Amino acid sequence: MSATWASSLRTGASLRVLDGFGRSVLSACRYVAPRSTEELMETLARAKSEELTVAFRGSGRSYGDAAMNERGLVVDTTRLNRVLRWEPGQGILEAEAGLTIEGLWRRTIEDGYWPAVVPGTMHPTLGGCVAMNIHGKNNFRVGPFGDHVLGLDLLTAGGDLISCSREENPDVFHAVIGGLGLLGAVVRVRLKLKQVKSGRLRVLAVTARSMDETFDLFEALLPKSDYVVGWTDCFARRGNLGRSALHAAKYFEAGEDPDAQDSLHVEKQGLPASIFGLPKGGLWKLMRPFTNAPGMAFINALRFHTAHLASGSTYVQSHVAFAFLLDYVPNWRLAYGPGGLIQYQIFVPHGGARECFHDVLTLCQRHRQVPYLGVMKRHRPDAYLLSHALDGWSMAMDFRVTRRNRARLWALTQVLTERVLDAGGKFYFAKDAVLRPNDVDRAYGRARLDQFNALKQKLDPANLFASDLTRRAFG
Amino acid sequence: MSSPIRLSKAIVVGASSGVGEAIARRLAESGAQVAIVARRQSELARVIQCAPNLIKHFVHDVTEFDSVPGLFEQIASELDGVDTLVYAAGIMPDCAEGEYSFAKDHATIATNLLGAMAWMNVAAARFEAGRAGTIIGISSIAGERGRRGFPGYCTSKAALTTYLESLRNRCSRYGVNVVTIKPGFVDTAMTRGKKGLFWLVSADKVAKRTLALAKRGSSACAFVPSRWALVAAIVRALPSFLFKRLNF
Repeated sequence: MSATWASSLRTGASLRVLDGFGRSVLSACRYVAPRSTEELMETLARAKSEELTVAFRGSGRSYGDAAMNERGLVVDTTRLNRVLRWEPGQGILEAEAGLTIEGLWRRTIEDGYWPAVVPGTMHPTLGGCVAMNIHGKNNFRVGPFGDHVLGLDLLTAGGDLISCSREENPDVFHAVIGGLGLLGAVVRVRLKLKQVKSGRLRVLAVTARSMDETFDLFEALLPKSDYVVGWTDCFARRGNLGRSALHAAKYFEAGEDPDAQDSLHVEKQGLPASIFGLPKGGLWKLMRPFTNAPGMAFINALRFHTAHLASGSTYVQSHVAFAFLLDYVPNWRLAYGPGGLIQYQIFVPHGGARECFHDVLTLCQRHRQVPYLGVMKRHRPDAYLLSHALDGWSMAMDFRVTRRNRARLWALTQVLTERVLDAGGKFYFAKDAVLRPNDVDRAYGRARLDQFNALKQKLDPANLFASDLTRRAFG
Repeated sequence: MSSPIRLSKAIVVGASSGVGEAIARRLAESGAQVAIVARRQSELARVIQCAPNLIKHFVHDVTEFDSVPGLFEQIASELDGVDTLVYAAGIMPDCAEGEYSFAKDHATIATNLLGAMAWMNVAAARFEAGRAGTIIGISSIAGERGRRGFPGYCTSKAALTTYLESLRNRCSRYGVNVVTIKPGFVDTAMTRGKKGLFWLVSADKVAKRTLALAKRGSSACAFVPSRWALVAAIVRALPSFLFKRLNF
């Protein structure tokens, strides 16, 4: 064990000021980074005996307070990142939970496999992807990350290792996926990957000039696409409200891409080294002067109109370039300034989505707190206990936070939350910094939460696992 | 980061006498909730008389570093938050001509420096996360040069001044106000009976000036009274070949 906390975790663990990815919430937490599963087990045992709560932190990509634990202990899992088994014949990979999506695809792409579900950045760990049950731009077609997990090993508060899958301990399996790390430490994940015939995707870019057009076009694209995502200009008003640039992508079938073999090499999966001819490293600094309402209104309009001119064009893009747009500009979140941002993602059932999104954007504009970025996706329901998915649509919105607007912004999200809940909607904890217990009750339903709590009581009766998020949102 | 400085929920470490006590009293008089921390229960009880409703006391030896995080959390929950940490604990053991005592040096460093680090680490992490808070360290002009009389003391104060400077450079950008106070001679138990003192001021005067500087919120590093800055400048400028001949 590391000598720095030989005395005890409570007194000897170093403190770290940790932020959510949005940088708008911060906590000073005790922090340890175990180097092996054995060290992790010992850490949990010590935390338990010292009555310290434990939250897990992978790459710290949750926008809010999910991976923070003031007064408790944060266990960094990123050193537990070994690939334990890779079977290219079957596309089955087994790894420790600290492996990142980047580590995963780099290992498998040359064998012709790509993770079936990836988020908008390649940095999250498998443990984080499981705990949040993350989704991609293909949620409507292949479901969430959990649908591609074949099995996992859970280390409980009592020190037991439980194997679970759809066959073995299915109740635990369906609760751990999307379970926010509250039931134990995921120490091993077994995944089924997607076989791809090419390292590239065929992408179609189109634009829609209003909310109705956006929905109509999106729906028309769904049956013939593997991925669809919409970038909504949240500043556009009245008749243009909800105007969006849509990107739909499709895998190449065998023989369709002449460069298929070559494109599967890792070095062909790069992100652009420069953007508009500018080196990426300091690009966030150039974005900084535009990261305000007039600047972003201009950027959003510019982006829409450029996309509109090229509407209908198709091009070919590597998996990495299509999937990980958030990684194009390193440190982009710093452009939001010292107050950071919140991302707030709403999920609304199909029937009411058009009207709800329309109202939500109108409310933002009326309150003069317009999201700088809006991202739209189509979703389908899934089988997990704390699922945020539903048969409907999501809109993820990035709001800038400043000292001055913070209270007003939180108040606005309350108004929006009410509107979404009235429409039967849900929210996503990886993107959340604002929900309160009452909102969570209504979104997830008391029955499901009780069922989850009963399982938690069984697996973690002393409430070892907790985070700033759970104290805020679950009370 | 220009919100007004609040000194409303304070921990004062080393508050049973001298400058620490004077700061605690002044904070309480200004209406702040104050937690005073010191080794001697009897002295704490005496200080608490002045404002029993506003002052809570905690017996703690600053060299028991392990108990600091727990005690900090306990105080934070009893005061419902902490926005100010004052570290005023310090010792200056006599060092006779020809005496070389590791035990005294060790005790001096433990109390004056390591105890400060133990408390300030916890405070700085919390204040940085909260984007607000004030850390006040009572250092000394003695840290400007290594005088022949008090090697351990001078070293501890030089280190404390440097540590506070690092802390200021680390977290003032996050809204944390780090104040270094370097008093000259103060009329306290520490200086009583010492020879060659001049410009002696009361502990209360140092406390008053300290809090005034802290409220400015500009992360000050200052001599108190300020005329000591002149002395410090001269002392720092003295070349070693002269300095080593002096009995200063």
